[in-house]
Amino acid sequence: MRYAMAVDTKKCVGCGDCVVACQTENNVPHGYCRDWIVENVAGTYPKLEIELRSERCNHCENAPCVRCCPTGASHIVDGGIVLVTHDECIGCGACIESCPYDARYPHPEGYVDKCTFCVHRVTDGENPACVDVCPTHCLHFGDLDDPNSDVSKILKNRKWKVLAPEAGTKPQLYFLT
Amino acid sequence: MKTRRDFIKISAAGVGAAAIGLHALSWDSVTAQFVADGDTSPVSDEELTNYPTFCEVCFWKCAGFTYVDKKGNIRKIIGNKDDPHSNGRFCPRGTGGVGMYWDEDRLQTPLIRETKADGTQYFRKASWDEALNLVAEKMNKLRLEHGPECLALFSHGTGGKHFSHLVKAYGSPNITAPSFAQCRGPREVAFTATYGEDVMSPERTDIRDTKCLVLIGSHIGENMHNGQIQEMSEAIDQGATIITVDPRFSTAASKSKYWLPIKPATDIALLLAWMHVIIYEDLYDKAYVEKYTFGFKELKEHVKNMTPEWAYGITTIDPNVIRKTAREMAAASPAVLVHPGRHVTWYGDDTQRSRAIAIVNALLGSWGRRGGFYNPEKVHLPKYPAPPYPKPKRSWRDAYPPGKYKLVTEVLSTGICDASIPNADLDCHLRGWIVYGTNLMASLPDQKKTLEAISHLDFLVVIDTMPMDIVQLADVVLPECTYLERYDPIRTSPHREPYIALRMPAAEPKHETKPGWWIAKELAKRLGLGDYFNYENYEDVLDWQLKKVGSSLEEMKRIGVKKFNREFDDLYFLQNLEDFEFNTNTGKIELYSTELEMEGYDPMPKYTHHEEPADGYYRLNYGRAPMHTFSRTSNNHNLWDLMKENSVWINPKVAKLWDIENGQYIWLKNQDGIVTDFPVKARVTERIRWDSVYLVHGFGHTDKKLTRAYGHGASDSKLVSKIHMDPIMGGTGMRGNFVTFLKEKPGKEVNA
Repeated sequence: MRYAMAVDTKKCVGCGDCVVACQTENNVPHGYCRDWIVENVAGTYPKLEIELRSERCNHCENAPCVRCCPTGASHIVDGGIVLVTHDECIGCGACIESCPYDARYPHPEGYVDKCTFCVHRVTDGENPACVDVCPTHCLHFGDLDDPNSDVSKILKNRKWKVLAPEAGTKPQLYFLT
Repeated sequence: MKTRRDFIKISAAGVGAAAIGLHALSWDSVTAQFVADGDTSPVSDEELTNYPTFCEVCFWKCAGFTYVDKKGNIRKIIGNKDDPHSNGRFCPRGTGGVGMYWDEDRLQTPLIRETKADGTQYFRKASWDEALNLVAEKMNKLRLEHGPECLALFSHGTGGKHFSHLVKAYGSPNITAPSFAQCRGPREVAFTATYGEDVMSPERTDIRDTKCLVLIGSHIGENMHNGQIQEMSEAIDQGATIITVDPRFSTAASKSKYWLPIKPATDIALLLAWMHVIIYEDLYDKAYVEKYTFGFKELKEHVKNMTPEWAYGITTIDPNVIRKTAREMAAASPAVLVHPGRHVTWYGDDTQRSRAIAIVNALLGSWGRRGGFYNPEKVHLPKYPAPPYPKPKRSWRDAYPPGKYKLVTEVLSTGICDASIPNADLDCHLRGWIVYGTNLMASLPDQKKTLEAISHLDFLVVIDTMPMDIVQLADVVLPECTYLERYDPIRTSPHREPYIALRMPAAEPKHETKPGWWIAKELAKRLGLGDYFNYENYEDVLDWQLKKVGSSLEEMKRIGVKKFNREFDDLYFLQNLEDFEFNTNTGKIELYSTELEMEGYDPMPKYTHHEEPADGYYRLNYGRAPMHTFSRTSNNHNLWDLMKENSVWINPKVAKLWDIENGQYIWLKNQDGIVTDFPVKARVTERIRWDSVYLVHGFGHTDKKLTRAYGHGASDSKLVSKIHMDPIMGGTGMRGNFVTFLKEKPGKEVNA
């Protein structure tokens, strides 16, 4: 089993609903976020393009944050989800520095926090909160080992890219272009 | 006579708990939500109880469920999958609606304006009894001395219905909402003149099934009209062509096959040129036009010389692009939708521009057709028994000479302002206002006039959940609980199939706030109008109504949303050229409007040149951001996290000229010398034309009691001091204002 997410940049309008839904689902404190929106504008008026992306932890197969964690708090569970055990985290911040996607933040309670792919929902067979809330249906989630999963099908049919491939992290967040 | 009613900075005595300071990322102050007791983990849905509601953060009113944990804390709001407004997916504002409930700046108790011996004014905390008695006393006095018609109600949102019922029972016809004269009025009047029916809300636009969607300044995706976004996304999947006309590279423009970066204020020229191409290249739907329309010959003659080349000189749009887009629309016909937009009060000839949109749709045969405009249905709930309303003897219209704004179909909010300012021709001006759920300082243009009208009032009562700018001007403030804590009337908005939705409380009202129905009922009791509110609890009304249509409150509490069968199988009622008589003078779709002609207006739209910015000035355009609703959400912590302030969009060429850097804070000054209250961040971006600037509406709050929103960004409303009135229906055109940049903080005299 290999969980992954695909983000359709052709449909994302950058509304930030994924951010709020994550905040209320996961009790993320105000002023912090586990996912966020990136807007890239290219060209000059009137020859312009915008790419809008909803970003979060890439749940890398080769995760530098897990490798550098001195206590083993950062770890990978079934399905490839990268998690942080709050009680084992000493808040040293090495993982934050090592992440090429800037996906982690220091939680005010003293540990490092980030996207969990809503593991509490996913293990119940549900989608992450951000996927289920997105009004444009631009987020696709599922098991890459299952060829019939939403995410497998869309990655088969569409062009996609990953971010910072040069980092060699084997990220599991795909952007449909 | 009165210099009273200064803006009160509510921090004065007796308002209860001290305001919490502004600490964006400080853990201490921001944990009001659930984490105060160290609870920082997600809770699985099994541990939560949910209650049906429909959203009140905007007018789309998506239905969903409020989730409450075992401690009674509201944790999240999730869409109801059976609801066609949301399809189970709320937008960021709906999802962030929890922030309205938790907002520590909420109004907490009734407040009464008092004046100290030295003349300074402040709000005194009052009991409900005292506040309601005072309002009733003022209303009784007004009724006795001047007649009930001297009262006006401004309202916005579902809860307004309780107060319009109260005001009608009291005997006044002056009930208004900014949604007509400041928003969709021209569109409704234009479509009614053309098709005998209006566009309604939610719009009857079949975006889901369209093959070609044309947006004229309509920024779907930035305006987060949920159902429309979802359908646009579906249309993108289906390979629909999107054509966006906008001087700004909007989000929708970035999803479009064609973006027409039009010169502002020239849309009618483009629409006329499109008509020209569609008619003279023989691209129109001949059978449809022949069967249903009136005045084709006149229209053909009218647009004869309005070629794409003619329009090029006006709009700056390449004639080939005008032709190509017209052909693309025609190729998709009748599954083509030239979207009528929603906020359409721009330049004062907005009814005529909306008419042009209606006409292009008619030529392409899209009205009543799949992929164009469908025929919605709604459930008609019987009215809860109440005595008939008294017949008012006068109305706000008496403030205007006969013959002005002849086609107005709703009460003009700006008309209420005019009718509240005494003048020799008025035998009685309006003397009391009740303002429910709308921040008039941001929702009405020309703040000076609004303030003048308010200064003449005997009393101003504001009912709101938050200390909005208008609250500072009130004599009495009645704090309502949020939509998550109350019952409200059933949602019956029209859709492809008729649906109803229930809103019920998920928690007890916080502080001393009360639901709108209770406030209206208590006022009625004190005004001798108790018969109009003949129930103990609003649940009684809902259950009575629901049982009349074969449901019950008990059932609706379980399911939240209920679908009914259509009465008629005519969703696409003109799909196969069915016989149909339109509700117009000729019984036809009027390309040539006999109604407009009869009232002395142009029967067919004409292009008029609008004023252009002077040297060093730029047209002020404004719009929406997906995470905020007008000015009402700017203090909501969840949404404030996403967008804390607006910025002024400036083209890089212009910024270079002014030596303004991206991120630099500047002030804006308009053509009348009005300067923004606060500095606003420059966003130097290619996404905006060089002749205009852009602000997201709803920022620059002046009330310090809004601890997060206060002082952030610029108020576009303040800069809209010049209004271009639509002579047909009294819409307030707001896009004829121009601004220049101030790089230094201006002196006090500038702001005077």
